[in-house]
Amino acid sequence: MTPVLELRGIDKSFGPVQVLHDVDFSVHPGEVTALVGDNGAGKSTLVKCIGGIHAVDSGEYFFDGKTVQINSPRDAAELGIEIVYQDLALCDNLDIVQNMFLGREHRRGIVLDEDTMEEMAARTLESLSVRTVKSIRQHVSSLSGGQRQTVAIAKAVLWNSKVVILDEPTAALGVAQTAQVLELVRRLADQGLAVVLISHNMNDVFAVSDRIAALYLGRMAAQVRTSDVTHAQVVELITSGRSGDLGLTNGVSA
Amino acid sequence: MSQTRVEAPAAAPEGRSAMRRALDGAGVQNISLLIALVLLVALIGAREPVFFGAANLKTIGTAVAISGLLAIGQTMVIILGALDISVGSVAGLASVASAMIFTATTGSAPLGILGALVIGALCGLVNGCVIVYGRVNPVIATLATLAAFKGVAQLVSNGRAQGYTGSDPVFVFLARGAVAGIPTLIWVLIIVALAVHVLLKYTDIGRNIYAIGGNDVAARLAGININRYILGVYLATGVIAALGGVLITARTGSGQPISGSEGLELEAITAAALGGCAMRGGKGAVSGTLLAVVLLGVLTNGMTLLGINPFWQNVAKGLLLVVAVVIQQVRSGERRVGLPA
Repeated sequence: MTPVLELRGIDKSFGPVQVLHDVDFSVHPGEVTALVGDNGAGKSTLVKCIGGIHAVDSGEYFFDGKTVQINSPRDAAELGIEIVYQDLALCDNLDIVQNMFLGREHRRGIVLDEDTMEEMAARTLESLSVRTVKSIRQHVSSLSGGQRQTVAIAKAVLWNSKVVILDEPTAALGVAQTAQVLELVRRLADQGLAVVLISHNMNDVFAVSDRIAALYLGRMAAQVRTSDVTHAQVVELITSGRSGDLGLTNGVSA
Repeated sequence: MSQTRVEAPAAAPEGRSAMRRALDGAGVQNISLLIALVLLVALIGAREPVFFGAANLKTIGTAVAISGLLAIGQTMVIILGALDISVGSVAGLASVASAMIFTATTGSAPLGILGALVIGALCGLVNGCVIVYGRVNPVIATLATLAAFKGVAQLVSNGRAQGYTGSDPVFVFLARGAVAGIPTLIWVLIIVALAVHVLLKYTDIGRNIYAIGGNDVAARLAGININRYILGVYLATGVIAALGGVLITARTGSGQPISGSEGLELEAITAAALGGCAMRGGKGAVSGTLLAVVLLGVLTNGMTLLGINPFWQNVAKGLLLVVAVVIQQVRSGERRVGLPA
């Protein structure tokens, strides 16, 4: 199966600091790819490059097998790449529907088309089997952390997106809510979306992912199938960049 | 807003939820304002029956028209999460400008009004640019332009009232005319209020203004061009303030650099805060602001009717602003630690 999104040889520097070195990364439809790495390994930078927030210095960006240029978040959104940010980019003072359509409201003439938006939001939440929210006209401020994360994810899939990137979606959640969100992540992949899950939590990674990509100091240490590696191997890849014959040799991609 | 589809079975009995819905529709804030207004009206009316006369009601209406306009502009700015304290000075500058352009064009009222509105737009744009590109806190930026615009108005007018518009039919119509029995001044307020209400409530522009006020990071990540909104809202507020200035000219028959416009920013901000605009942004509505404008108008009128020293009226207005914000903060349940958000 061809990857829906593929990066080759990505370099990215901020001033004198090179954050990403020659990174290759691919994401497949119908799969959850876990992106792991220690703090400062470059996970967030890589995601922001994919989402068009940072421009890459060099390297190739393929989407559906074709080279594309991503210069802004809009470009990425147009291709169907959606990012759910760690800090939960929701407006507390707006309700669920308003948040899901934030910045991309449907209009009828010059006025907002509330009915269509409400219907689409309801349908999306239903397709994700989200039943925990009482009303889609509830203000986001009244939702729990898990529900907020659910809304953020639903917002990302509303746009017939092909790639959904989740930046530590379970970091701030309790046990039950984490399970809920992970279940949702799995369901997204089962619907044929390509999902990228950034996480520090090995349990989460092994619970839902099909592939694991480990970054180490800005280099891609390894991209492997989850079933081929053990917990300990992944931890080693994260902390030292190599594990047995996997990973980097002398700090360079094998 | 319409009812939802994915609703859990209602836990509350029908009667209570219907009342709840009515409450939610009008808003607790508006209902408390209405109650306050009714009490105030009853109190003043009981002591001074003149209060209920048609002439007095008209006086209240025309008196609040100008500050009401500025309050509506302020509502937009506050929902965006900012503040504009230069509106009074913009109104003063626009008042002078309208009269001077009127005189210079040998009596063209439309040109005078248009010129004043353009100048108001420019003032708003200056505010927006200083805030966005100069990275100046909105309060500081508009405090600076409060002084600067007032200075410009005094400079161009030499500190004196300008022109005489009292005999021009257009200005006379604005000041003393009526359509369908309602004074033109009130019509102007109603039309602007309606326009801003529709903008805020039923368009994506309004939705995005609320979003920026609620969480500007989220708004930016959602692809909203925040800078454009800040510039746009300040520009609109400048135009509305200038319209207020034109009305000052119409009412006084001449361009006034200071009298008539000084202190309007206090009234505008008080009305917006009293009307339920959260000072941290993201919350508020034209309906609440309008109610608060009427409440303030009734209060001022009542105090005058009851013969209360006008200096006390300023104290009352200041007090009201603080009380309005305190009530807001108590309702939001903020902890009493450190500087307020």
